[in-house]
Amino acid sequence: MTLAESHNPTLTHSLLYLDGISVSFDGYKALRGLSLVLAPGEMRAIIGPNGAGKTTMMDVITGKTKPDEGEAMFDGRFDLTKLDEAEIAGLGIGRKFQKPTVFENHTVEDNLLLATKAPRGVFATLFGRDDKGVRRTIDRILATTRLGGLRARVAGSLSHGQKQWLEIGMLLAQDPKLLLVDEPVAGMTDAETAATAELLREIARDHSVVVVEHDMTFVRELGVKVTVLHEGAVLADGSLDQVSADPRVIEVYLGR
Amino acid sequence: MSPQLDRIGLVFVVLLALAAVVVPVLALATPADSPFNIPPYLVQLLGKYLCYAILAVALDLVWGYCGILSLGHGAFFALGGYAMGMYLMRQIGTRGVYANPILPDFMVFLNWKALPVAWWGFDSFPYAMLMVALVPGLLALAFGWFAFRSRVTGVYLSIITQAMTFALFKEFFRNDFGFGGNNGLTDFKDLLGFPLQSSAAKAALFSASAIALILAYGAARLIIGSKYGKALTAVRDAESRMRFLGYRVENLKLFAFVVSAVMAGIAGALYVPQVGIINPSEFAPANSIEAAIWVAVGGRGTLVGAAIGAISVNFAKTWFTGAFPEFWLYGLGALFVLVTLFLPKGLLGLLLRPRRERAPTPETPALAIEEGADP
Repeated sequence: MTLAESHNPTLTHSLLYLDGISVSFDGYKALRGLSLVLAPGEMRAIIGPNGAGKTTMMDVITGKTKPDEGEAMFDGRFDLTKLDEAEIAGLGIGRKFQKPTVFENHTVEDNLLLATKAPRGVFATLFGRDDKGVRRTIDRILATTRLGGLRARVAGSLSHGQKQWLEIGMLLAQDPKLLLVDEPVAGMTDAETAATAELLREIARDHSVVVVEHDMTFVRELGVKVTVLHEGAVLADGSLDQVSADPRVIEVYLGR
Repeated sequence: MSPQLDRIGLVFVVLLALAAVVVPVLALATPADSPFNIPPYLVQLLGKYLCYAILAVALDLVWGYCGILSLGHGAFFALGGYAMGMYLMRQIGTRGVYANPILPDFMVFLNWKALPVAWWGFDSFPYAMLMVALVPGLLALAFGWFAFRSRVTGVYLSIITQAMTFALFKEFFRNDFGFGGNNGLTDFKDLLGFPLQSSAAKAALFSASAIALILAYGAARLIIGSKYGKALTAVRDAESRMRFLGYRVENLKLFAFVVSAVMAGIAGALYVPQVGIINPSEFAPANSIEAAIWVAVGGRGTLVGAAIGAISVNFAKTWFTGAFPEFWLYGLGALFVLVTLFLPKGLLGLLLRPRRERAPTPETPALAIEEGADP
């Protein structure tokens, strides 16, 4: 129990709490006082032009980048600025990269096996035996992500869209509390985009999700609260219709 | 590992096991003028190739499966060799030129009065064997701990492994360092009481090398087949993905690196009694690079290929340095270029049928730009 926690109801009731985060790289300010609060179970879309700091924000949450100042708390208890990637993943934050990143030389099944929540140490993996629970998780995720027929396929041979779904499936296998999804529909066909939106809505039923996306049709399809980032800070938030009507948002982003 | 690769591996193991029996029989039980007789020098040469093959399997475990191109594995090999050499030196006893029961000749020559601490215990075979594994293992542990924690990867890692072996190369050259300086350790007499010059000892060392190679291959194959092995390959292909999945990538790498270094040390320990000498030139950076060439020529990421590569390149080297002694390095260079251009999967690629569903070979992912470097 930290002092901040007992005095700050927003923090206590949030899953993710970012307050006044600033990050600069060689003098370039990628984030300038970004604040964002995500409630447990919430799905949120983050939009913003290139360089608005979307990916840097994900880097801060997942421990890849340490902020120069500001507070980043998870579950009201864990200070994310003090933990590294593996520890943060262990807390239950999963991250999907912009470019689909799966293990190309492994089968779809092995990709999910490596992601499934289980002890991750050298000796646990060296001497670990197959267990039924893990198989069931994999079956369930293969069904959710519509990859059931591709179980034994080498991941490198999947289509772009299938790789994206596999990576989302790997996040699910981690059984995280929070999923960070970076541009999941970039480079997808319209049909694939619609299927991805459905997949994410399904996942959002029992996970908190943050989706970073450029594709407005897709964001509309998600139908969730939207936060607009601009030059490293929050410009506006609300429903997509609300933010689309905001003159500042139109000026920096939608109007172009 | 594909089932096809495992079948080749099985054939290789069976051939090795046969050789471990047949070579000593032909060497010892046939008369010297029989066409089936294998002369002692040949037994020794073949045994040496097998030691190189163990080193190659060790290197393939980290390079082929984890993307760590170590160009310093010669150092682990040499350290294992030195540990064995120190045991053999202490076995000489009063048969040395100076007949000192405790101090090896070079120490008497340097006018040392007492045995340096580092040499204590090396008259005991079990202790020496422990050191064969422990010294390379601990060096790999310390080196890898710093390197992997600092996330040094790709060519940068290769360069510091070269620096490591070069530093040891320089250090072992110094007489004051206490390991025989420039001349190294030599004039060995016997191992476990058996004279090293005898045909029987040579045959036994050959068999021991063949068995060690089988064990090294078997251990590496078991590691690769486990979930840990899958995780290792995943680190090779997408390191940051593994981190965000919650794996401690540095620990995964460190374990493989240490296991590999211990294997290399054992290879060196078997090598030294067969060649009869260990000196600082074994630490030469070029030796480690040559080992990487064996793996590339045989087929990286296949284990068997690495062993086949080591044996065939060294066979070629023996022939080539006999026929055209001046041109071996050109030959080696040309071989490397040709294999890279025409046999990307190495010699073993000739045996493996192309598979329809094969993913493209990852291009040194260690050098790839990390994901998510937005602004």
